Parts: sequence; structure tokens; C-alpha cells
Amino acid sequence: MELIFEKSVKDRRGFLPPVSDVPVQADIPAKYKRKDDCPFPEVSELDVVRHFTRLSQLNFSIDTNFYPLGSCTMKYNPKFCEAVAQIPGFAHLHPLLPQLRKGEQWVQGALEVLFDMEQLMCEMTGMDAFTMQPLAGAHGELTGVMMMAAYHKARGNKKRYIIVPDSAHGTNPASAAIAGYEIIAIPSDANGVMNIAKLKEKISPDVAGLMITCPDTHGVFNSQIDKITQMIHQVDGIVYYDGANLNAILGRCRPGDIGFDVMHINTHKTFTTPHGGGGPGAGPVGVKTKLVPYLPISRVVKDKDGTFRLNYDYPDSIGYIASFYGNFALLLRAYAYILMMGKEGLQDVANHAVLNANYIKERLRDILDLPFDRVCMHECLFSASRQTQRGVHAIDIAKFLIDKKIHPPTVYFPLTVKEAIMIEPTETESKQMMDQFIDAMHEADALSQSDPESFHDMPRTTPISRPDEVKAARDLNTNYFAVQGQ
Amino acid sequence: MTTPYIANTPQEVKDMLNVIGAKSIDDLFVDIQPHQRPKSFALPAGKSEFDVIEHIKKLASKNSSELVSFLGGGYYDHYVPAAVTALISRGEFYTAYTPYQPECAQGTLQALYEFQSLMCALTGMEVANASLYDGGTALYEAAMMAIRLTNRKKIIMDGGVSPIYRKIVKTYTSNLDFEFAETPVVHGQSDRGQINKLLDNKTAAIILQNPNFFGAIDDHSDIVAKAHSLGILVIESVYPLSLGMLKTPGEMGVDIVTGEGQSLGLSLNFGGPYLGFMTTRNKFIRKMPGRIVGQTVDKEGRRCFVNTLQAREQHIRREKATSNICTNVSLCALQSAIYMTLIGKQGLKELAQVNLNKAEFCRQLLEKIDGVQVKRSSPTFNEFTVQLPMDASVVVEAMIDKGFAAGFPLGRYYPGMENYMIVAVTEKRTKDEITHYAQCLAQVVNKKELAHSS
Amino acid sequence: MEAENHLLYTKEHEWVNIEDKTATIGITEYAQEALGDITYVELPSEGEDVEQFEEFASVESVKAASDIFSPLSGKIIAVNKDLEADPGLINRSCFDKGWMIKIEISDMDEANNLMTAAEYTKFLESVG
Repeated sequence: MELIFEKSVKDRRGFLPPVSDVPVQADIPAKYKRKDDCPFPEVSELDVVRHFTRLSQLNFSIDTNFYPLGSCTMKYNPKFCEAVAQIPGFAHLHPLLPQLRKGEQWVQGALEVLFDMEQLMCEMTGMDAFTMQPLAGAHGELTGVMMMAAYHKARGNKKRYIIVPDSAHGTNPASAAIAGYEIIAIPSDANGVMNIAKLKEKISPDVAGLMITCPDTHGVFNSQIDKITQMIHQVDGIVYYDGANLNAILGRCRPGDIGFDVMHINTHKTFTTPHGGGGPGAGPVGVKTKLVPYLPISRVVKDKDGTFRLNYDYPDSIGYIASFYGNFALLLRAYAYILMMGKEGLQDVANHAVLNANYIKERLRDILDLPFDRVCMHECLFSASRQTQRGVHAIDIAKFLIDKKIHPPTVYFPLTVKEAIMIEPTETESKQMMDQFIDAMHEADALSQSDPESFHDMPRTTPISRPDEVKAARDLNTNYFAVQGQ
Repeated sequence: MTTPYIANTPQEVKDMLNVIGAKSIDDLFVDIQPHQRPKSFALPAGKSEFDVIEHIKKLASKNSSELVSFLGGGYYDHYVPAAVTALISRGEFYTAYTPYQPECAQGTLQALYEFQSLMCALTGMEVANASLYDGGTALYEAAMMAIRLTNRKKIIMDGGVSPIYRKIVKTYTSNLDFEFAETPVVHGQSDRGQINKLLDNKTAAIILQNPNFFGAIDDHSDIVAKAHSLGILVIESVYPLSLGMLKTPGEMGVDIVTGEGQSLGLSLNFGGPYLGFMTTRNKFIRKMPGRIVGQTVDKEGRRCFVNTLQAREQHIRREKATSNICTNVSLCALQSAIYMTLIGKQGLKELAQVNLNKAEFCRQLLEKIDGVQVKRSSPTFNEFTVQLPMDASVVVEAMIDKGFAAGFPLGRYYPGMENYMIVAVTEKRTKDEITHYAQCLAQVVNKKELAHSS
Repeated sequence: MEAENHLLYTKEHEWVNIEDKTATIGITEYAQEALGDITYVELPSEGEDVEQFEEFASVESVKAASDIFSPLSGKIIAVNKDLEADPGLINRSCFDKGWMIKIEISDMDEANNLMTAAEYTKFLESVG
């Protein structure tokens, strides 16, 4: 498809700014001005609308396709949550208002949302306090690890290492490293959970903490998780719960009850705020009492008279981790969703997410290898090793599914399983949709036996065929204007 | 069923359990031991969609979002054209995931490539990433990038950089072995004398902002030249809309540009989501954090787009990644790309001019008020510093009663500047609003009793 | 998998060719195949010191990044600048035109810590 820049025609326009109705024509000295006009495209509003509408039609999305992307929780994003986020009383609220003198009185509704969310999240997770500030899951991880560091510093602990399982999301080791720690990776055992014997070997007083998802990225709930948290606590380590998979255990288990000290929630997973093609997300962080003093500022407090205000007076706080109070419009969507779902609705999220994943697991076990053959949680992990022997890799099956108008599951993650295919149907998909997917997988398997070669030019029904990613990296072209200028 | 978002019927649940060979859904949670079950899960009962919306509307009514705003400080009340909102509301965009399967994500990928190109054009730089979280965290990422590029550990921050951003940079680096120095602002501008004294061959980067927090415009070319002579990188945080008119960081020779893209078509949203962005030079691209979209060809040689240079990122390089960022703010980047495309070449220039005119008109009116002084040692864009004869926070509070968010008092972040505030005037403020604002401000500052009310 | 007889090898799949006091270093056929099409090589500068089994470079492909470790200690006297423009040289000619650095060897005894071609071939069989 043409780039918007290629549709540009000199002197065409798509927007008229408000008129300058003031009797002043101001100017600034030439030395402060840009030499040439900024080369934005010159297109009409209709050009813009058609261009971006057509672009949108090149995407697979939850609204248009089954999207069983493991570890990503691509469930339906309710429309009313979008409507809520547009309410002008929130959408047009300036974030500096509460920082004016007595300014909190102008944003009581917004502060109440943040305060309520903190209460709701504490109850759902068993944590003692939450901050809504982190702007994404990885941002929450970094916030959590910095609080970990502040805790150790306050206690005079000299610690160097953070332990992660080898199946962890890449953000875990990356967040720990950016906060100044070194990483120890622990392999999984035959059941797909952290190998406790190996963990024992690595534990020492130099360990600052552990970061882990539960259920982990193999889709397995580790029954010995509280044993692991105890082992970390014995060396005064902090245990971090990566909330990426919290949707599997809502109402069934709370991280705060099984020894976790700090955690984040991905609102775009568990509480179905839209993924937006890669963000924005929100990553609220919860802590147990011992880490409360280190929470970032500001914090929302409720006074005796029922009014809310921002408090910055926490001398041990790690400080400012974001410009304001979090990705508020996302938190508002999550808030609306939680209120609508209520206790039973949220329990059903976990129930049906787990039911659907186990259903798919049972229906595909005859054609795909199960590296960990046991009951799964919200996602099931397979390996395409059988198909690979026929010359059809996980990526080929992914491309086959695209031609069936199904977004592929996650492939090649976790790194611990060869030719991994990780399927997360979510609770919002119907049995009929999952059956269609299961049929497509069986068809792919049959084809891998009858005509493995045919996979290699898939997908065939998309606007483009497989892209040359090597060329993209070797002959970098990331800016239309740089290429034009050459 | 308890919610309309779960499709399974009781019969289907039964059928599926049969296939699985489980008696009940509870059986599927067998791995969670009895002692690991929740001690409590006392959440409220669910509500209907209508009831939730009513509840949230009630909360919204407790906010004063109807104030006529002269509040800026890096976050501005600009007009967002209807087409932007309409296009960004397409489910094909907002319910898609990160474009890891390029064949079924060309819409997002091409839009992000266009976004990167637009940001490069705006800032006068060579390469851009596909977004970071917000302006403050983007600045921190730039500081870390400069440290990686230079293998040095000292960062100098100009006092005109947003105090919020400076706090963020310091928070993230507090546990790391870095050295920080801050230079004051003199007559609204960067203090060259101090900066020159501090720049040395141990310095990784100097961080500047244009226009700075006080609204002053600067040309940092001389600082860039000096820094480069010592192998120091220059990072500049910018207000993107001002670049419709102002000298670009690229023209000044800046190495890494970051900023808050909220002014490019995003609502204020009480602080987020916003749009952190970063642009830089070609030669630094491999040390840049965040996703990058690149152009390539498919098997038939057709142009297409993919995520590229992923080996820098956490999902491949893990603890050695250039950043831990995963989720960014793609949808906000798309939103700003639509906005920039729509306002176009002419619109951007005119919009900048309207902002400049209205701010200048406002400045002239305020200058005429007894006891009010408008500092003007350097030119300004659409925000400027006003000196009042009393505590600015008291004035701003009184102005709220008159329906205005009158500005941001500087005393909160700059001790000793209690009588100063910054005032922002966007294209949305009409002549009548500005005139009325000036009249009200005159009334407030001339009521002597106010000065003692705190 | 191919291993050239006159070279010595590491468990991280680097090779070294020792000629007098100079060692030429690169990655093996096994390594380049495992990485796939190489898109970028980050090389050190001439004059830097390297230690045995410490990383001195990194190699990127589309879906992977790998650190490269030096088989021997010494001072870098040359880097293969051709790799900047054409990283695929490593894929096409890993034992020859795709060499990465030359060093002046500081401790010849360290060569005893390396594998011969026969040992490396056996090692490759063991890692499957």
C-alpha cells in the first residue's frame, strides 16, 4: 500500500486551525526558527480517513479474528470500557490540577477511581498496598525491583543477584539488570516448574530476590510455589510475582497469601484494556507491608472527611517513576471492567480461561507433542517437534493459520521448549470458535504429512507474503525522509 | 452466566469437561493446594453496564474538567480533530497485539513506520523508535543510552528541563553508580558559564529542554559544539508542536531527542496514556531502546514492514537488552501519526503561528496589570513566565473560582520562585477568553487581602 | 559438521588459527548455522586487550544475538572491517573471509585449554 507521503499533493490540506482572532501577529527572531517547513504530507481529510481505514483493514485484531496468542491474553475488550474512557470529565482533566494549591478538590472523582482501584487490587491479590503509576508490565517490574533494592539498602543488605526461571519473560532479567542486579537463571524440572534442587544450589545471602510468574510460562501452576517463596525469605530475599498470568488464578489463589512480597498486574491482560497494537498498557504494582515505605510518590490517601488527596511525604520512597498517576485512561477502563464483572464474574474469568485451554489441549494432543503432559491453566504449551521432522516448523503452522483467518498462537516462546506453540484461547471465545481452530490445526497436521513443501509459501491470502527480515536488518530503512534525501 | 463476555453455555461446559475427562471446573485447579487458596476475595457483586457507566459519570462530575485552561507545564490543551478520534477508535487498530506476525499486522507496522518518519521530520533527526511510555521515562532512556554509547557515567541536567522529568531520571539511576550535576537557569536560559565549567571528558551527556520549563526558547548550537569537542552527547527534550516553527534539534546538532507527544493529538487524560518518543542519529540506532519498524520486501518483492533490530530487545537479549521495555504506546503513536498527517505541512505551521499570536496577545494584556511583570529576556512560544506581586499558588487558587486554570505556580518545584507562574495559551483560547482571563487576574492580584489569606 | 584441522576450538564455537605469536579468531560453521543470517557484527577496537574466554564481540541475526568469546588472551592488532558492510561474510566464509579479529597472543600456554579439530568434532556430536 502507498505511504501517506506518496499521496501528498502540494497545497492540499486536511485541517484548518482555529483562526487567530487576536489583534497580534507575533514573530520570533530567525535564529530560533527552523529553516525549512516541516515536510508533513499535504493531504485532504478524506485522504487521511481512507489511508488509515485501509491500513486498519490490513490488521488481524480481536474484533475481527480469533487471536489465541499465548502469554498475551487477547480477550474481548468490552466496548463500554471505551465509552467510559471518553467521558469528558476524565478525558480532559489536566494532570497538574491536583498539584495546584488545594487543587485536589478539582479532581476528587479521578482520585477516587485511583483509590478504589488500589482497594480492589489489594483484595484480589492479597497485597497490602498498590501504586497505579507504572505505565506497563515491564515498568512495574522495574518499579518492583527498585523497591527491592531500597529495602535491602535500608537493611544494610549487600546483595547482587536476582533469580529468574529459564522460562521467564525477557522483561524479568532485563528489568533486574537495569536496576543494577546480576541474573541467575534456574532451569525447569520435568513437570515444567522451577527445579527446586537447582534453586537450592544457587540460593545464598547474596540473593536479593526472585522474579517468577505463577502459573509460569509453561502454563503450569507450581504446587510448591510457597516452598520457593519461603526459601527466598530465608536469605532475606524479596519475591516478585510477575502478574502476566494472574487471569488464570483470579479467585483461586492470591499471590499475597502464598509468600509473594511485590507484584505487578498487566491491566491489558487480566482486566482486558486494549493492547493497542503494542500499548499503551498499565502495570499497577502491589506490595506487602514491608515494602510499603518504598512505594513511588505520589500516593492517594483518603482523609477522615472522605476527601482524597495526593501525599508526597514518604521519605523512604524510591521517588518519581512516572510523570503522573499512571496511565489513567487505561486504569479507568480496567476499573469499569472490574466493577461490571464483580466477584463472580472475575472468578468465572479464571474458570473459563482454564476450561477453554484444557479443552484445546485435549483436542490437539493427538497431533502435537505435549512437553508437560498435565492439567494446564489458562494456556497450553505444545511442541511442533513431530511436524518439524516432516519439515514443517512451528512458524510454518503459524503462517498456515493466518490463511485460515486465525491469528497464530505464540511460537518459539518459551525458549525452553523447542518449536514451542503456546495457545491461550481466553474465556471470551466460544466452543465453536475453538473447534474451528482445532479443525484448522488438524488440517495443518494432515498437510504436514501429505505435502510439507506447500507450507513454505504460506500465507497466500494476506496483502503480503513472508517478509525478508534479513534485508530489513541489513539495509536499514526506518524513515521515509532519510531514504528520500539520499 | 455471570457476564456477557463468556460464551460457554452450561451444556458446552459439560461437553468440554467430558472431553477433558474432568468432573468439574474445580478439578482443573487441582494444582492449587488447599492451603494456597485465597484467604479472602470479598469483591463487590457485578453490575450492569448501565449502572457502571452511571457510577463513573457521577465520579466524573466531581472533577473540574470545564475550567478554561492556561495550564501547561509540558501538557497542553490542544484541539484534537474529530477524524483523529474516529480513526483511532477502529477495533482493527486498538484490539490488535504487538505486530509480531507481519503478514497480518501490516496496518500497525506501516502506520508506525509513518510515525517514525513524521517524528524524524519534525525533530530534524535521522531515525526514530516506535514510541516509549511518556516524555519523562523517554528522557531517562536517553540518559541510559548516552551512558552506553560513551562508557561514561556523568550526566549534566539543565535546570530548565522539566523538574518532573529530572526527578524521574534521578529515581531510576539512584541505585546505579552515576554522577549527576544540575545547572541553574539564568534569565530563563541555560547558564553557559556553569555548563562549560562542568563539561569534561568524564561527562556522558548534557540534557537540555527547548522550550524550557519556563517557556523560553533557546538555540543550543553553541552548547552542542562545546559538548561534541569533548565527546559528550547532547540530549534535548522537546515540545513537538513547537517544532512547527522552532529550530529543530537536528539543526542544532543534538544527538538524542526525546519528548512528550501529548500535544500531537492526545487528550490530557489526567496524566496518561501519553506518548514518549525518541529520535536520534543513524549511527546510534543499535543502542536505541524500544521497538523499531523497518521497511523491507516480501517474497514477491513487494514493499512491506517488519519489526527490525529486535536483537537489541528484551525478548531476545534478556538482561543485556538496551531496555526492559516491552509494551510501549503504539496506539498513541498511531494517534499522533494520524494527527500529524491531518494537520499537514501548512496546518502545522499555521497552528504554531496561532499559538504564538495568542500567547503574545495574552502576554501583552498581563503586562498591563499593575504589579504583574512578564519576564522576557528570551523569546517564548506558547508559554511564558509571569511574576506576580504575591504567592502565585494563592492567585491560581482564586482564579479557579472564576473558572480558570490560570497557570502553574513555579514555587512547587523552584524554591524562591513562589511569586512566579507559567502561563500556556493554545490555539483553543479565544480572544474573549484571554481578555476575560486578564481581567480576572487583575482583580485577583489587586485584592490585597488575598496575599494574606494563606 | 565441518571443522578445519589446523585450527583450535572453544566450547562456545569460536576457532583460532595460531601463526607464531598472532592468532586469528572467528566463529565456527556450527555457530554461524545456529545463528542464521547474520545481520550485524559489533567488533572491538584495535589496541584493546582481550582475556581468554571473555567476550570481545557480539553477533546479531534477525531472531538472536550472541556474544563471542576470545579463545586466547592478547592485544587486538586487527579487526575485520569488511564485516561492517557485509556481515553475511561470516555465513558464507566463516573460516576464511569471515574472520573477526587478530590478536597478539600474550600467553601461549592458554592454547592447552582449547580443543583440537577432532576433539571439537566429538564435542559437537555430544551437544547434538
